Amino acid sequence: MFWFRSHRGDVLLIAALLTAAGVLALGLFLTRRDGGSVSVTVAGETVMELPLDADGSFPIDTDGGHNVLVIEDGSARMSEADCPDRLCVKTGAIRWAGESIVCLPHQVVVTVENGADGGFDAASR
Amino acid sequence: MKASKVARYGLLVALALVLSYAESLIPPVGVPGVKLGLPNLAVVFALYRLGAVDAWVISLIRVGLAALLFGNGVSLAYSITGAALSLLVMCLLKRTGKFSETGVSVAGGVSHNIGQILVAVILLGTTRLAWYLPVLCVSGTVAGILIGIVSALLVKRVPELKSK
Repeated sequence: MFWFRSHRGDVLLIAALLTAAGVLALGLFLTRRDGGSVSVTVAGETVMELPLDADGSFPIDTDGGHNVLVIEDGSARMSEADCPDRLCVKTGAIRWAGESIVCLPHQVVVTVENGADGGFDAASR
Repeated sequence: MKASKVARYGLLVALALVLSYAESLIPPVGVPGVKLGLPNLAVVFALYRLGAVDAWVISLIRVGLAALLFGNGVSLAYSITGAALSLLVMCLLKRTGKFSETGVSVAGGVSHNIGQILVAVILLGTTRLAWYLPVLCVSGTVAGILIGIVSALLVKRVPELKSK
């Protein structure tokens, strides 16, 4: 308990940061909406727009390397990547508007775009 | 520059580099950017024991060498922005006198992550990375607390190096 009294500034700072993270997460979660499609960008340029309701697997070949994007059950995930850390594969599936999968080494970003009637769907879920 | 200073820079840069390497051995978790920030141990130590200028010198040399040894140009952009923003915030916070090593290193960890998100926003040309902010804010805070506690111990326990 002594630590808390002698580290008042630290405790307040930590509490403020965690609260900010919580509020931000809650805000993002409450405003989440179903996505209609995903866009694939390489180094900032859009190379593909894929609807989330059509299953399939899509190779993404860039100068950096090779990724495979899989769309199934209304969500998108990276199933293959030949980068060293494979973080994009570990990110898992995304389905909410604004969510993204990022492959830093290959500069590939897969982002879920807004669906036309996404807001209502998400609210009634 | 005095020889003792050169030796001290050398020691701490070497230590920070080893810590960078040690951290690169830890397998990544699911989210890019979630990490302990072990090299920050050396930087926080330098900031408290030697001073702000020395911490900057050590941190920037560390980032440059780590990019040469374990990284590439893209990773340099991420690490230098993270390191610079983090050290800037840590210097300012330390100067207020209201925080201990723990608070300073927490702020450093979180601002390091924010700096990296900024680079990602610029390099990847998308502002849709907001989903990463809460996760990286929490992970930066937790990592900062751990690094801060260990740094405080080091600052207290490591014997003063005799100079002159």
